[in-house]
Amino acid sequence: MNNSLVVVVLASGVLYGTPLLYAALGELLAERSGVLNLGVEGMMLVGAVMGFWAVQRLPGPSALVLAAGIGVAALAGAAMAAIHAFLVVTLRANQIVSGLALTIFAGAAGLSSYLGNDLKLTGSPARHQFQEVFPKSLQDLPVIGPMVFGQSLLVYASWVCVILVALYLTRTRTGLNVRAVGESPAAADAMGVNVAAYRYAHTLVGGAFAGVGGAAFSLSITPQWADGLTGGAGWIAIALVIFAFWRPTLCLLGAYFFGAFTALPFALQGHGVTVAPELFQTLPYVATIVALVLVSSRAARLRFGAPAALGLPYVREER
Amino acid sequence: MPAAVALRGITKRFPAVVANDRVDFEAAKGEVHALLGENGAGKTTLSNILTGLYRPDEGEILLSGRPVEFHSPRDAIAAGIAMVHQHFRLVSPFTVAENVVLGDQRDIGRAFRLRPRAIEQRVAELSRRYGLAVDPRARIWQLSVGEQQRVEVLKALYQEARILILDEPTAVLTPQEADALFETVRAMAADGRTVIFISHKLHEVKAVADRVTVLRRGRSLATVAASDATPRSLAALMVGREVEIGRRHHDRPAPGEAVLQLDGIWADGDRGVPAVKDVSLRLRRGEIVAVAGVAGNGQRELAETIVGMRPATKGTVEIKGRRVRSGDPRSAIAAGVAYVPEDRLGTGVAPGLSIASNVVLKSYRRAPVSRGPFLRLARIRDLADRAIDNYDVRTSGCQVPAWQLSGGNVQKVVLAREFSGEPAVLIAASPTRGLDVSSIETVHSYLREAASTGVGVLLLSEDLDEILALADRIAVMYEGGVAGEREAASTTVEELGLLMAGGREQD
Repeated sequence: MNNSLVVVVLASGVLYGTPLLYAALGELLAERSGVLNLGVEGMMLVGAVMGFWAVQRLPGPSALVLAAGIGVAALAGAAMAAIHAFLVVTLRANQIVSGLALTIFAGAAGLSSYLGNDLKLTGSPARHQFQEVFPKSLQDLPVIGPMVFGQSLLVYASWVCVILVALYLTRTRTGLNVRAVGESPAAADAMGVNVAAYRYAHTLVGGAFAGVGGAAFSLSITPQWADGLTGGAGWIAIALVIFAFWRPTLCLLGAYFFGAFTALPFALQGHGVTVAPELFQTLPYVATIVALVLVSSRAARLRFGAPAALGLPYVREER
Repeated sequence: MPAAVALRGITKRFPAVVANDRVDFEAAKGEVHALLGENGAGKTTLSNILTGLYRPDEGEILLSGRPVEFHSPRDAIAAGIAMVHQHFRLVSPFTVAENVVLGDQRDIGRAFRLRPRAIEQRVAELSRRYGLAVDPRARIWQLSVGEQQRVEVLKALYQEARILILDEPTAVLTPQEADALFETVRAMAADGRTVIFISHKLHEVKAVADRVTVLRRGRSLATVAASDATPRSLAALMVGREVEIGRRHHDRPAPGEAVLQLDGIWADGDRGVPAVKDVSLRLRRGEIVAVAGVAGNGQRELAETIVGMRPATKGTVEIKGRRVRSGDPRSAIAAGVAYVPEDRLGTGVAPGLSIASNVVLKSYRRAPVSRGPFLRLARIRDLADRAIDNYDVRTSGCQVPAWQLSGGNVQKVVLAREFSGEPAVLIAASPTRGLDVSSIETVHSYLREAASTGVGVLLLSEDLDEILALADRIAVMYEGGVAGEREAASTTVEELGLLMAGGREQD
């Protein structure tokens, strides 16, 4: 029964959805502070390649090396996000242009690809990779076995992150400040909240999440390094934040939905049905376009619950 | 005892102007001190210095005799200074309590965990003590403008501000709401706080303040006791000469046939929900009809619908008996509608273009300004020079870009252009907002003159003094509809205030 199409698709939906979930959570944090970062795809790829590099090169037991790999991936993602933060918060550049530039700079034909070649990472599988944590008996439980117990630590950590981010935004003082900075930076500034610091912090943390999301590809799903291995997941993550109305818990559902969609062609193949792969490869871009069109007008953005100051640089009134 | 707050020789220069020039100011504990001055006199700059938004180029700030220096709003808040801005600094999807606790660095607010119940309780206590009725759990967007202002005051009280600056606080209030605010202000002063009340309205300064400091062109001119001052003496100080205050002129011919007729107009606002609801109105030749109301009750949308910038979803606009195509400004212009918009530098003129180009913005398609596809530049210069002379635009020439002009002069350029088409109807939306007193007089006289030559003038304004000084008839708008219509000669401020607050018309 666990081999039925539905169960296979759902279980691999969780697997393929995990990088989306990390990246979307990161983007959500940045956007809640008012910073739109279209550089997710680039940050994910740099995170993927640097995380993979750390795992290939560092000595030590598997668990430690993997933890270090995730740490390096997070740092790499945050470093990429720092470029964006500097451009849009300090220099008040257009957020869309800067984000696109970041993806082009760091993306499939850019920095991540260069690093992959230069560090000679292509072609070999990861020395360590994330494994299922629960015993086989639990994994064999009907239906929920593969979905809930057949996953790696990365998946369970992402669930903790969803809860933490949700609690952080709604139940803490700093979370309140973040939302205020994203909704009305002028009001937050007048109350003594440091708008620039909050935007920097959340853009950087967002980048770290994207980096981890990238590493989920190179250390768990693939698990190896190849140019552009994220295949547009960064774009889906951006669309996902919009479809989730900027709410972490809905991001989780959305990520698994898109993940299942990604897994569908493989699962269908296993059942002897072939679908043109191009059809599924276009999905990220179609989803992004649909999402961006949906929120293209300010009125629609507000109705969807977007942070009111999303994408707008904050300038303290001067004459 | 040293003053609660004292400013000594404050100077602040901006690239083009000296906004504050050696300003001295002091206010005592428990005092309501008004800062009176025309727009551009430097009131807002001074308060921005006091709240840490700007840093003065020269001079010092003393709190209870101790010199202080503010590097950011946070320092000023920590020193016990709070400000209620003219444009509220509220987060509209947040609740009242969330807004109040935002950025708080002390007790309940400092805990990492938010405790909404405790905050709501504190806010409720404060609002009871100072008569600031507002539900702590309500979200800001659900509140009226007057209630939002109360939230701003609550924020200041919650921060335990000792010095509270109110910037033009009554601009958005009905007369009744303003009276309630004055009571709160007095209660706060009785509590030992210092209230700095910024205004350019003479009677309210007299009503609420203990002392008045008058600013003119960035300088502090004099500080007088409010009880010794009269509106007339204050006005003279503020402007530097004697001015006429609100005299009504009635030397116009009796109104003639209708030039503008609105029938059941509905129009959507920027957010896609109806902002104008079933408005019917008639304006006759030589008549000034005012549309009064608190800001944001559909006045701007109504004006835009009449001039064709906003399509009507229902209803008709007729100019001199002819229907105008909805949502087509050219059709409205051709029918004889002139428009002095609220946003004069964005909608009224093209700021980057010269005065000359702006003067012919509406007539460039026809002779004598153009011939075929070509503009006749010499003619345009002549027309512009004549406009500059006739309307007394202070500028060095007609090729100066419009953004370099002061507000009053921009308005004169707009008026010159709009009157040049010999309109049948003039729509003037807040034509004097932000202007200095002498420019206001000029604009008023042009409006009266237009009416006496047979133009129907529709004046949209939030300033009841202006409305009572100019209008023959007054329609009050509330939540997009007309709450009532009154003859100017027989109505009172109280009655209009009631209508502005949505009080039903009693027939």
